[in-house]
Amino acid sequence: MAHAYTPGLRVTRATIFRKERVLPLKGQVIVKVGDQLTSEVVVARTVLPGKVELINAVHLLGCEKEEVHELMAKKEGDAVRKGEVIAQTKPLFGLKFLQTKVKSPIDGTVEKISEITGQVLLREPPQPVQICAYIDGKVVEIIPNEGVVMETICTFIQGIFGVGGETWGEIKVIASSPKEILKADKITPDVKGKIIIGGSLITYEGFEAALKNGAKGIISGGLSDSDLRKLLGTDIGVAITGTEDIGLTMVVTEGFGDISMADKTFNLLKSREGSKASINGATQIRAGVIRPEIIIPWDQKVEMSIESADSERGGMAIGDLIRIIREPFFGRIGKVKELPTDLQVVESEAKVRVLKVEFDDGKDFVVPRANVEIIED
Amino acid sequence: MPEKPVKLDVILATDCGSTTTKAILIEKKDDVYRQTYRGEAPTTVEAPFEDVTKGVLNSIQEIEDLSGRKFLEGDKIIMPSQGNTGVDAYISTSSAGGGLQMMVAGAVKSMTAESAQRAALGAGAIVMDVLASNDKRLPHEKIERIRHLRPDMILLSGGTDGGTISHVAELAVVIAAADPKPRLGISYKLPIIFAGNIEAREDVKRELGDKMALVITDNIRPVLERENLMPARLKIQEQFLEHVMAQAPGYKKLMSWTSAEIMPTPAAVGLIIQTISEKLKINVIGVDIGGATTDVFSCYDKVFNRTVSANLGLSYSVSNVLAEATLPNVMRWVPFDIDEQNLRNRIKNKMIRPTTIPQELDELLIEQGLAREALRLAFDQHKLLAVGLKGVQQERGISDAFEQSASGETLINMRKLDMLVGSGGVLSHAPRRQQAMLMMIDAFQPECITYMTVDSIFMMPHLGVLTKISEKAATEVFERDCIIYLGTCVAPVGNAREGDKVMNYRIEMPDGSIIDEILNYGELKLHKLGLDENKLPMEAKIEMHPTRHFDAAEGYGKIVKNRVIRGGVVGIVMDGRGRPLQTNPDRAKRIQQIQSWNAVLNCYPQRGGSR
Repeated sequence: MAHAYTPGLRVTRATIFRKERVLPLKGQVIVKVGDQLTSEVVVARTVLPGKVELINAVHLLGCEKEEVHELMAKKEGDAVRKGEVIAQTKPLFGLKFLQTKVKSPIDGTVEKISEITGQVLLREPPQPVQICAYIDGKVVEIIPNEGVVMETICTFIQGIFGVGGETWGEIKVIASSPKEILKADKITPDVKGKIIIGGSLITYEGFEAALKNGAKGIISGGLSDSDLRKLLGTDIGVAITGTEDIGLTMVVTEGFGDISMADKTFNLLKSREGSKASINGATQIRAGVIRPEIIIPWDQKVEMSIESADSERGGMAIGDLIRIIREPFFGRIGKVKELPTDLQVVESEAKVRVLKVEFDDGKDFVVPRANVEIIED
Repeated sequence: MPEKPVKLDVILATDCGSTTTKAILIEKKDDVYRQTYRGEAPTTVEAPFEDVTKGVLNSIQEIEDLSGRKFLEGDKIIMPSQGNTGVDAYISTSSAGGGLQMMVAGAVKSMTAESAQRAALGAGAIVMDVLASNDKRLPHEKIERIRHLRPDMILLSGGTDGGTISHVAELAVVIAAADPKPRLGISYKLPIIFAGNIEAREDVKRELGDKMALVITDNIRPVLERENLMPARLKIQEQFLEHVMAQAPGYKKLMSWTSAEIMPTPAAVGLIIQTISEKLKINVIGVDIGGATTDVFSCYDKVFNRTVSANLGLSYSVSNVLAEATLPNVMRWVPFDIDEQNLRNRIKNKMIRPTTIPQELDELLIEQGLAREALRLAFDQHKLLAVGLKGVQQERGISDAFEQSASGETLINMRKLDMLVGSGGVLSHAPRRQQAMLMMIDAFQPECITYMTVDSIFMMPHLGVLTKISEKAATEVFERDCIIYLGTCVAPVGNAREGDKVMNYRIEMPDGSIIDEILNYGELKLHKLGLDENKLPMEAKIEMHPTRHFDAAEGYGKIVKNRVIRGGVVGIVMDGRGRPLQTNPDRAKRIQQIQSWNAVLNCYPQRGGSR
C-alpha cells in the first residue's frame, strides 16, 4: 500500500548541512574548494543583461519604416547617453528648427534597428549581481560558472511559514517560556542586529518594536493572520514568500494563531543563545515544497554525534512524538498510542486512516493520520 | 507515434499528478469494458528520485498486489496480455512538475490574443500571462514579464490572414529581446508556436528563427468571423511532448512504454467531456476542483472551452479563495457563527499544511463553504472566456439600433445545460453524495432542468486519453464506473417573496405512482428516484405549471409537459430558491435557512448541518 504522507519538520541539534549557492545566470566563481567562509563573503558574481527600451522611431520621426535606418544618428552596437540624439529627420528647407530629433531616454547601447517595425531597441548597461556564502562554513564543491556548495555542521530547524529573505545575526532569546506571548515592552534596543526568539505568538506591536530597535529576524511559535496582513499590507493568497521587504525576516515554527513553540525547538534555540544564525523566511507550499530555515553553525572543533540530513525515517511508530496540526486539538503534542490499520469514520463522516494519540494528562483521542506531524528527533 | 494495439482486452492507465500517480485497470468482460482495480503511489519527478517511472511502477505494483495479475517483467510492462499476465495497452496523462505553463501573445487583447488564450487552455496549458499590442504595458515591462515567468512555451498569434503584420512583428521583437530560457534543462531552445497572419511568417522567422525553436502552423483566426484553434492545439501538445516533457526526469522512458501519446491531464479531461457531449448530443459543463487550481470545461453546441483558475483551490490556494471571495460570501454557506480571527487562522493553517482533512463537522462545513465560492469564482472566470468571437460585425436591423449588445457574449446558457459533471477531492470524496450535489447547485446555480453527476475516483483523465485508442472502452467505463449519477436539479428561474408559490408540479414515477405538489419560493424539496438493477438512472416524467414570475423551461408562466427527468443516488431536487439564488441578509434567518436546506437533503449528521 502507498504510504500516508506524514509531514515532519526537522529540528536537529547537530547535522551536516549543505547549501547550493548559485547565480541566476552563468558567471564567475571567485572562491575555491576548501575555503572557510563567513556568511557575508561573496562566492560568485555575474552581470545581468540590462533592461530594454523600445523606441517607436517610425512614429516619432514621421517616416516610412524603411527610412529609419538612414535617419539614425547611431548604428547597432553604438553606445548612447541619456538625452543624446539617436535619430533625426533631414532639416526642412535647411531650417534646423523644423527638424525632428529622437533622443535616448537611457544610458546604454543601440541593440537593434528594425526595418520591419520601424522600432529601435536600446539596452541599459548590464547590472552586476553577486551571491554570498549565506552560512558560515566550508566550500565543498564548485559548480562551474554557476556557484558553490557550502557545508557546515550546524543546528538545523525548519519553520512552517516565513516572510522575508536571507539574513544572519546573533541569537537572543526574549521569551521566558515557549508559551509566552512576545509583546513590545520586552523588546529593547539591545536586539539591534540580533535574531530574537519568542514563544507562542508575537503581537503586531512586538513586531514594530523589533523593527524599530533594529532586530534582523524574529522566530516565533505562532503569528496571527490579521497581524500578517497588517505587516504586508495585503492578504497572502498563495504561500509563496521570501521576497517581502518588511525590514526583517520572520520564521514561524508552528502555525497561525497563539501556539506554543515546541519545547524541543525552544530549548534548542535557548541552548544556542549567543551563536550566529543564518535564517531565511522563504516558503513555497506546492510541488517542490520550500520551508523557512534556521541554520546555527557549530564550532567545528567541538565533537558531537552528527545526525545525517539525508537519513530517511520509516513510517510512524507507536511511541512517536507527534503534533496535531488541525482542529479540534490543533497545536497539542502527544504520543502515538495505537495505529489501527482499518479505516475509521470520524465526526465529519469521512472514512480515513487514524491513530490514537495520548496526551500528557493521560487522556487519549482518535485523530486522522493526515492531521498529525511527527516531531523529528 | 505509437501504434494502436490490435487486441484490447486489458488496459492499464496512469495519471502522473503533481503529488500522486494514480493507476487504474480496465478489463473487457462479456464484451463490456469495466474499471476493475486501482492503485496509487507518490509521484517521483522530484529529488531524490527524479524519475517519473518509479512512481508509475509503484502504482502498477499496487494493482498487481490487489488483482493478482502480473504486469511487470523487471522494469517493463508486459504486452500483449496472455491469460493472467500483461496488458494490451498502456496509456498515461501527466501534470507532474506543474503541468504545461505557457504565455500567449496576440495583436489585439480581445481578439487574437483571446483566441490564443483559448487555444492554449484547450491544449491543457496553464496560461501565465496574455501579451497583446494594446495591453497598455510598455515594451520593457513585457520583456521583464516574459523573463520573470519563464514559460515552457509561447504561442504567438496576431492578425487575420492578410491583416496586420507590424503588430505581430513588434511582438516577435519583444519576445526575441526577452530571450526566455526554459525552466527544465538548459540544453534546448524554448519552443514558440506562430499561429498568426500567414503574411507575417517571414518576419517572425527573421526575428525568432535563430533564437528559439520556432514552429509555424495555421492562423488561429484566419478571418475575424472564425477561429481555427485545432492546428495550434495539436502543435502545442506535440511540442509539449518533444521539448518540455522530454526534459522532465524519466519521461523519455515513460513515452517509450505508452500505446498512445502522453497527454497533459486537463487536455485528457477535456477530451472525455467533449466525447460525452458529442456522443450523447448534450451540452455539458465539467469541473475539476483541486488543491491548487480549478479547471472548468464546457461543451456547448459542439464548441469546447476550458479555463483554469490557477489560484482557486482548497489546500494550497485556500487562502486565496477567501481573499477573492471575501469573508461574507464564504460565511453565507456556513450554518453557525465563528469568530473572524479564528476562521482566518484556520484557513491559513490549512494553506501551510495542505494535506490535513476535516475531522470535525464544523470544519467540513467551512471547507464546503469555501468550495462553493471557489467553484463559483472559477465558473465566473469560465463564463468570461467562453464567449462568442469579439470584433465580429453583426447584422442589425433598425429595431436593434438602440440595443447595441456587444459581440463576444458568453456561450454559457444555464437553461440549455443538460449535464454538470463534478470532479476533485471535495466533490468526489464528500462523505455524503447529497453534499456534492448541493455544493454544485449552490455554486453553479443550474436553471430549469439539469442532470448532476460526479466522478467517482478521479478517472476522467485516464478515460480521456483512452478515447485516443478506443472510444467504446472510454464511454463504457465512463457510464458504468466513472460517473456517480446524483440526480436531477429542477430550478425554475425567477424571484418572488419568501413563501410565494413558484409552481405546481406533477411527477409520474416509474412505478406508476404520482407526486402532485406545490413548490414555494425559498424552498428545497427532495423526491427519491434511484438507479435500476443495472445501476443506471431510473426515469420519471414531470409536468410543471409555473406562476407568471417563473420560467421552468418554456418561458415565464408557461406550462412544461412530459419532460423526462432522471434519478440517481440523491434523487430529484426541486429548487424553489429562485435564480439568481439569494441567501437571507439577516444572519439568524440565513443560518436557519441553510440549516433547513441541509436538512431537506439530509446532508449532514444531526449535530452539524441542522443544529
